[in-house]
Amino acid sequence: MSAVLAAESVVRRLPGEVPVTLVDGISLVIERGEFLCVMGPSGSGKSSLLYLLGLLDVPTSGRILLDGEDTSRYEEDELANRRLEKLGFVFQFHFLLAEFTVLDNVVLPMRRLGRLGEAAQRARGVELLERFGVADQAVKRPSQLSGGQRQRVAIARALANDPLVVLADEPTGNLDSAAAANVRQILRSLAHDLGKTVVAVTHDGAFAAAADRRIGLVDGRIDAGWQLA
Amino acid sequence: MRIELGVALTHLTSRKRQTLVSLTGVVLGVAFFLAVSSLMRGSEKDFISRLIDNSPHITVSDEYRVPDVQPAQLRWPGAAVQISHVKPQNETRGIRGYRDKLAFVESIPGVRAAPVLVGSAVLTFAGRLQAVTLSGIVPAKMKGVSTIEQKMTEGSLDSLTANPNGIIVGRTLADRFALRLGSTVSVVAPSGVNRAMKVVGIFRTGVASYDEEQTFTLLKRAQSLLDRPNRANRFVIQLADPYAAREVARTIEGAFGYKAVSWVEASEDILSVLLIRNIIMYSVVAAILVVASFGIYNTISTIVMEKTRDIAILKSMGFHARDVRNIFLIEGLIVGLLGSALGIGVGVALMRVLGEVTVKPPGVTEVVHLPIWWGGEQYLLATAFALGSCLMAAYLPARKAGRVHPVDILRGAT
Repeated sequence: MSAVLAAESVVRRLPGEVPVTLVDGISLVIERGEFLCVMGPSGSGKSSLLYLLGLLDVPTSGRILLDGEDTSRYEEDELANRRLEKLGFVFQFHFLLAEFTVLDNVVLPMRRLGRLGEAAQRARGVELLERFGVADQAVKRPSQLSGGQRQRVAIARALANDPLVVLADEPTGNLDSAAAANVRQILRSLAHDLGKTVVAVTHDGAFAAAADRRIGLVDGRIDAGWQLA
Repeated sequence: MRIELGVALTHLTSRKRQTLVSLTGVVLGVAFFLAVSSLMRGSEKDFISRLIDNSPHITVSDEYRVPDVQPAQLRWPGAAVQISHVKPQNETRGIRGYRDKLAFVESIPGVRAAPVLVGSAVLTFAGRLQAVTLSGIVPAKMKGVSTIEQKMTEGSLDSLTANPNGIIVGRTLADRFALRLGSTVSVVAPSGVNRAMKVVGIFRTGVASYDEEQTFTLLKRAQSLLDRPNRANRFVIQLADPYAAREVARTIEGAFGYKAVSWVEASEDILSVLLIRNIIMYSVVAAILVVASFGIYNTISTIVMEKTRDIAILKSMGFHARDVRNIFLIEGLIVGLLGSALGIGVGVALMRVLGEVTVKPPGVTEVVHLPIWWGGEQYLLATAFALGSCLMAAYLPARKAGRVHPVDILRGAT
């Protein structure tokens, strides 16, 4: 196993009259093919850490290394390129684009990257939808799908450009237990069968139990003794 | 198809009503722009063509723009010189050696010229007096440079050649004095010379003062009446290209020193009024498009506000700020292009309708169509204005969209 994503003494502080520290000196190494869960109470900095690891936000100090590259020197466009090529996101509320069909939503990151031709993009989109059992919904709008189906489409979209790392923010937070179990199984399979690194933020104990490793966050710091209630 | 174009089209088609309202604004803006522009430019061109057709393109007169410098000033330049008891030299007014100068003018390609001797006289008939302008002309040459031959209601300019003692008068004067062809009038020059002349022609231009005070006779007869033998004091010049008048006038004035006034110079005040009128007209029609652009601004701003979360998602996927900005600029561009194309169609239809409208100006007997200009540049101008306003309207919301920070939106949404 080799490190694919690492945080070195990462601090994220929001400026203001009373500065707020979201992440406070976290160091973390995540291996290729690892399924890591980040847990902790509300306001502990879980999502903030995920956004920093996902290059959506930049640390106030410290650095994030993605696939061995120090990303602290990158400008906004370069960070966007790394997100496009190497990262995939799954959010609690699926966040599919309402005016696009299911297939068009999945194809969108591929179109932006432009490595595949149009036909190949659509073929890969259909293949991903088939893998997650929603190929028959390809021409529908997201509003015509159930919550579990939408989340599976969101996972398919996250995998569109074959990323190294999939970052998930409360991916089962809005699903019933059956759909949550299905998504949990899919994410676990991504790590173990496809070799993707999966970093997920969750409150869900059953979800966390499926992970290879769990870390607890309290007040923006890793708390080794933190236990799920 | 580029991805930004695909997203832009999806946004616009998913908000059909708002898009239609914005589009209608641009269509009407472009259509009214064209209708007003074609009408204003049409009337301007009509006016200028009448100006060019009915007046000399260049008039050379026996005047100088700058008076001669006194010899004493030449002898002591910069000095304060007072000259007492100066007695100006008397000379016969007129263009000296006019035949040679006329030959020179006529040698310029595309130039037709006629010599004229203009002076004042008093015309008497049956005890009535009328001060008139007496123009001595060469009928054959005058016909080439003036429309007066077309204004003759009785007789012709050639009648002067047939009857060297003839005079042509205006319709107003003829009516006032009850003159007919063959009537004999008495013409008294300022020098006191009195000559009986026969009316051989009557013209009517429609300009009352001209028809009352203008008279024509042979150049030689005028020279003898006005006591200016072998002189002409005007050259009336027509050009094949009226718009070369300023340049040709400069050449002639440079060659002779006599003042040569082109129709452009003579009508400068009118032309500047037309220019100001055009500026006002384009400001008004551009304002229509600016108002229309507020509709586009409103539509795109609304889309940006509604789509903030989608923008955050696109950026989290790896879209650059410029990709997002381009999506909304393309939306403005699509509305602008489509609006311009449809607006040109509606505008042309409007111009056709206006072209069919007839009016009867006061004092004119014939009915005239509204003058419509079909020149291509106004379509380009309307399209440029429309695209410019649409892009400007789209720019602000597009810039705002490009600046969306995904974390701020995602944090607020979860």
